[in-house]
Amino acid sequence: MSRTNSSTHNTSTIGAIGAPSRRNTELGLLVFAVVIPVFAYINVGLAIDGEIPTGLLGYGIGLGLLAAVGHVVVRRFAPYADPLLLPLATLLNGLGLVVIWRLDQSPRLHAMAASRGNEFVAAAPRQLLYSAIGIALFVGVLLLLKDHRILQRYTYISMAASLVLLLLPLVPGLGRDVFGAKIWISIAGFSIQPGEFAKIVIAVFFSGYLMVKRDALALASRRFMGLYLPRGRDLGPILTIWAVSLLVLVFENDLGTSLLFFGMFVIMLYVATERTSWIVIGLGMSAAGAVGVATFAGHVKARVDAWLDPFGCYADSGACEQIGQSIMSFGSGGVLGTGLGQGNSDLIGFAANSDFIFATFGEELGLAGAMAILLLYGLIIERGLRTALAARDPFGKLLAVGLSGAFALQIFVVAGGVMGLIPLTGMTMPFLANGGSSVIANWALVGILLRISDTARRPAPMPASNPDAEMTQVVRP
Amino acid sequence: MNKPLRRIAIFCGLLIMTLLIRDNWLQYVKAGELQDNGKNRRISIERYAQPRGDIIVDGNPITGSAKTNGSDYAYKRTYKNGPMWAPVTGYASQAFGATQLESLEDGILTGNDDRLFFRRTLDMITGKKKEGGNVVTTLNGAAQKAAFEGLGSKKGAVAAIDPTTGAILALASTPSYDPSKFAGNSTTTDTPAWQKLQKSQNPDDPMLNRALRETYPPGSTFKVVTAAAALEHGLYPDPDDKTETPLPWVMPNTRTELKNDGPLPCKDATLRMALQVSCNTVFGKAGADLGKDKMRETAEKFGFNSEHFIPVRANASVWPKEMDEPQTALSSIGQFETATTPLQMAMVAAAVANDGKLMEPYMVSRLQAPSLDVIEKHTPDEMSRPLSEENAQKLQSMMETVVEKGTGRNAQINGVKVGGKTGTAQHGVDNSEKPYAWFISYAKTDSGSPVAVAVVVEDSDASRGDISGGGLAAPIARDVMKAVVDGKE
Repeated sequence: MSRTNSSTHNTSTIGAIGAPSRRNTELGLLVFAVVIPVFAYINVGLAIDGEIPTGLLGYGIGLGLLAAVGHVVVRRFAPYADPLLLPLATLLNGLGLVVIWRLDQSPRLHAMAASRGNEFVAAAPRQLLYSAIGIALFVGVLLLLKDHRILQRYTYISMAASLVLLLLPLVPGLGRDVFGAKIWISIAGFSIQPGEFAKIVIAVFFSGYLMVKRDALALASRRFMGLYLPRGRDLGPILTIWAVSLLVLVFENDLGTSLLFFGMFVIMLYVATERTSWIVIGLGMSAAGAVGVATFAGHVKARVDAWLDPFGCYADSGACEQIGQSIMSFGSGGVLGTGLGQGNSDLIGFAANSDFIFATFGEELGLAGAMAILLLYGLIIERGLRTALAARDPFGKLLAVGLSGAFALQIFVVAGGVMGLIPLTGMTMPFLANGGSSVIANWALVGILLRISDTARRPAPMPASNPDAEMTQVVRP
Repeated sequence: MNKPLRRIAIFCGLLIMTLLIRDNWLQYVKAGELQDNGKNRRISIERYAQPRGDIIVDGNPITGSAKTNGSDYAYKRTYKNGPMWAPVTGYASQAFGATQLESLEDGILTGNDDRLFFRRTLDMITGKKKEGGNVVTTLNGAAQKAAFEGLGSKKGAVAAIDPTTGAILALASTPSYDPSKFAGNSTTTDTPAWQKLQKSQNPDDPMLNRALRETYPPGSTFKVVTAAAALEHGLYPDPDDKTETPLPWVMPNTRTELKNDGPLPCKDATLRMALQVSCNTVFGKAGADLGKDKMRETAEKFGFNSEHFIPVRANASVWPKEMDEPQTALSSIGQFETATTPLQMAMVAAAVANDGKLMEPYMVSRLQAPSLDVIEKHTPDEMSRPLSEENAQKLQSMMETVVEKGTGRNAQINGVKVGGKTGTAQHGVDNSEKPYAWFISYAKTDSGSPVAVAVVVEDSDASRGDISGGGLAAPIARDVMKAVVDGKE
């Protein structure tokens, strides 16, 4: 397989104009993506202990190795894939590891674990392990999934799988109630958040389903007040998703996941049908759902109260203290931040390295650092959407836009939550936050996006040589 | 499908944009407000992250810092001889904030002051830890000790000033408290210690700085001010001329006699004699004759009716604005609504001793950077001139007579010229409560006056007959003056 630009070598008159592979660009960017976290790691060590941390070698090599494996596999099995996605994910993963390691050093978190009678468990080594598993899954996706269109075959299996994943936390004995939200399951000592994986599986189902039904959903409609209203029977799917989201919200207290699923579905429906009316209907339904749930579910209501007045309900709600501390973390960071290892974001408490990890970036890297992180996420989303634009098949388009849209919604919901822009949802920043499910699932997500972009950018195969052309080439000097 | 896709891309861009705007709002626009939020413990964590600078008396620190374990705060404040110095230092507590010098000079003590910025930046580059600067006070350890021990278990206050510069030499208040006891944030030791000191639980109010923040009726010590006004406004220009004072003297527009404290030789007494034996009639009449406005003019030149910042705030002493003639007469002998801080009365004595020049009182002579470089130095400043040099010397000779052969004999010091005035101030409705014993005085050597002092004792334990300025307060004043004079030799 030629890795060079096919258009320069192909003398055929109808040669495909393929994109350059850009693998070397990716390699160059990956070097940055590894070196920057390594410097950050040194920075934390110097700030906290005044010396270069002893684990630097293992950590640097670990991250470098993961990046190298990812790169080699992409170079070999997805040569035309987008060159930015892997470095961006590696950089975020690396920075997340640095900050988790930095919070492991916090005497305050150690003291807090001790006062609860727990032994403090350092999270960074486990996170490195999870990152390795994530990369393994990423490699697995690229190796096994030769063409993303294969996924199309599993539309209805995906639906079943995603429902099972979503409802697993409700199974007695398996689900765990962690701080009010039933979004965890516990298997053999490992805690898994099935919702993170369900996010990908359900995107596969939506893509397959919408690809088949898009014409019916788009065309069979009545015009009413400038909007195309779908037929009653076509409303079925969106009503079902809406109901499932609400069920998840009510029974699992998981505002984030339900919002994510419903939002993702509306986005994909809109892209598939090109009908703005779906957006209007979707917004109306989510507004109705949000108001209804906020009124009746105590857990959600407390979060809304904490959002409205983070400092007012300090005394009587733990949610208030977390969001209040988080907002003060951002404020105390100011424009340039306190410097890695020198802030007090651990005042947020036990969720400092998971849900609220972005607050540590805000405090220790300042406005500059936090904006950089947001822009990195923005770039991932942008590359994902670009992949959707470039994809040639509707299934790939829908899958790419679904995954990137879900990713964007998740960033917005989490970052907006910890910055007090919207009520807290209890989701995690992809790649940054401590937690196996999140890291592993998002590496798989990046793997799928890379596979779609590889298919999209791959030059069309050389046309079979034309026997007629051969016949005419009789006159030779 | 590309058209809606592009719109979704725009929508995602807007999501990120919204986050960026919110981030700017929090970290740029609102940053200051959030940093200073009352619930933001970072301020106190930062304050106690390194040892605080010290407050220094006579070249030695009277404060310190101790490393603590197991809390957010790395260091806590310690105090040497805390109860004695509490009126000077105030307190700095992890749990309860800071007051007085600890609070006012917090920037220097923590090293956060802008004037240390350049040095701090240098230290940051060279990797040196941040250090706090020092606050060097004008206080005199021996005088403070004499004042604090003189007050002993009695309730009261002492303020001593160097008349020539305005430097504060002693500032004692009893009962006092030990700021070390609640410098930390332990709920088992510090919080109960703090609560025990609150006025609601402790009627003695040990945290009240009586030298600066409590105003007492000055009683007869105020006659020094009235005498100054009488000399300055030419009512009785010569202290040895007879005044036109009948005995008994009925206050103007009333049928009430102003009484003296016993059968004193006050009929037509000279000003000198009136001060020596403390005639209410002579000074009451003098005040009434001068009128409230002339009296106020002199009182305000001495510093009445305004707050003083040394830099700790001292309450304003009161010479009432609205009163009729008999009230003016009563006010002129330090009763009615006249009320002063001990610091104010020390300023009166100091102005007289300094030949009529009142120097601005101050207690911080300089601020030092951690490297001991001087950041700010106080230069003595004249505040006002309540009386002319000539009149001041007349008043000095009158006050010296008080100590030589009048009510102030207990303040005599061998070989030193001492001028003073006693006071026994009534208080409570119809004089129902035990009076305050006052004494104001100054010492004078050949090279001028090194110390002026005001003492007030509010001792409810002493029997009523024993309470007199000469008996209770004058010995304390003597000891303080002696400590200063002995230190000068």
